[in-house]
Amino acid sequence: MRRRVVVTGAGVIAPNANGVADFELALRKGRSGIRRHEKMEELGFASLVAGVPQGVDELAANAFDEDLLRAMNSSHRFAALASVEAWRDAAFSPSAAGDAAPDWDTGAVIGTGIGGMDTIGERVVPFTDGGKIRRLGSTAVEQVMASGVSARVAGLLGLGNQVTTNSSACSTGAEAIALAAERIRRGDAKRMLAGGAEGASHYIWSGFDAMRVLCRTMNDAPERASRPMSASAGGFVAAAGAGILMLESLESAQERGARIRAELLGAAVNCGGQRGGGSMTAPNPEGVRRCIRAALADAGVGPSAVGAINGHLTATGADPREVESWAAAFEAKPGRLPPITSTKSMIGHALGAAGAIEAVACVLMLQGGFVHPSINCEDVHPEIEPHAASIPHELLEAPGLEVVVKAGFGFGDVNICLVFRKWHA
Amino acid sequence: MTQSEIFDRVVKILTPYVKNQEALASVSEKTHILDELKVNSARLVDVVLEFEDAFDIEIADEDVDSVETVGNAVELIQAKLG
Repeated sequence: MRRRVVVTGAGVIAPNANGVADFELALRKGRSGIRRHEKMEELGFASLVAGVPQGVDELAANAFDEDLLRAMNSSHRFAALASVEAWRDAAFSPSAAGDAAPDWDTGAVIGTGIGGMDTIGERVVPFTDGGKIRRLGSTAVEQVMASGVSARVAGLLGLGNQVTTNSSACSTGAEAIALAAERIRRGDAKRMLAGGAEGASHYIWSGFDAMRVLCRTMNDAPERASRPMSASAGGFVAAAGAGILMLESLESAQERGARIRAELLGAAVNCGGQRGGGSMTAPNPEGVRRCIRAALADAGVGPSAVGAINGHLTATGADPREVESWAAAFEAKPGRLPPITSTKSMIGHALGAAGAIEAVACVLMLQGGFVHPSINCEDVHPEIEPHAASIPHELLEAPGLEVVVKAGFGFGDVNICLVFRKWHA
Repeated sequence: MTQSEIFDRVVKILTPYVKNQEALASVSEKTHILDELKVNSARLVDVVLEFEDAFDIEIADEDVDSVETVGNAVELIQAKLG
């Protein structure tokens, strides 16, 4: 029999808040974390706004020693801070470095969509092209290897179970949670830190700007720039950060008397095969619908049990297709879809971290009995208009909220869907 | 630059890499950089780059092989300074 998986800890570094307590406040208030970005302006980007977590270097300087800081680029700092928060939130103390035994029962799946592009852009390429190979020192590899984010966290906390990094573009952070849960379900680990981290770097964002998928129409109104489901949506807002959940078998959580934040009831992943309307950059709608239905089936709940949807909803032309897919998967006529909200309306699109930060939001909504507002869509997109009544423009108090579904759809036509349930102690 | 000035600067450069603060508190020329100060061996590459910058010298990779103690580092730097 597969083991039940619960959430016993959470940590977040997001553009609109650091730490889960302030993140919950920010979500309730509909606080935007999008700001004008000087470097993008200096370099002539078309989009001049981004969601960058604030005050992180100071937090990191207080948390980690100088030796470590020299080997931690932005994605490492976000991943490490969120992981330490989740670890403490689950009532564990950071383990001593050195000869202490690792925690053989706890592992990590921490993904990243792009990886250490700040290190590549600022050090590896200029030093290598300049013939200054020695000058790279010893810290370049650990910051550019894809698994750097999970490796860094494992070293900080002394994790001894599987430690790996997944990568599936914008599905990454939520996919990590599904992969980690699978390991706990099988009984291969008691606990897994799971989520994603994405660095803040213009080197990551330039390619998206060139694709014309970043919002370039709201440069003078940053807080209004991320507009999922809006008729005036002009593309997504580049963002960064990390979200981490401590997943744990129910058995282990109960044995140690841990506080349980929520249950991860089910999950599904698939790929639309870049067929049937799907491509490298757009999802095959049939793939999306199958993924949502498979997650509900895995969770053993029907659409009528779902109290809220936290969509992928990035503020591109894909939003109307996504809402159509939710309605089709739920077999919901207009007006019958549960509340559907986009965390990206406040924080932008944190790429490989997005699904994980948004999963943290789902857990907080279930625990706190609310659905956070989806801001900046007062002008609902005409193709979404039939479902407009399902969009919460203001905070929705929902004390009876029992099940929240989170989905993510990534480049490569890959899909992920997670189903969380409120925990009744 | 006197030997004791070089020693002080070497210890200052090593300090952020040191994992054993007790050994650092009683550091001498005989203190072993890896075994006693517990500096991660991979980080020696970065320490050497900092020596080069701080003393405006060049240190060849093979020179580094002879450095085990803090005193070895001071001697190497003194030799390069001429």
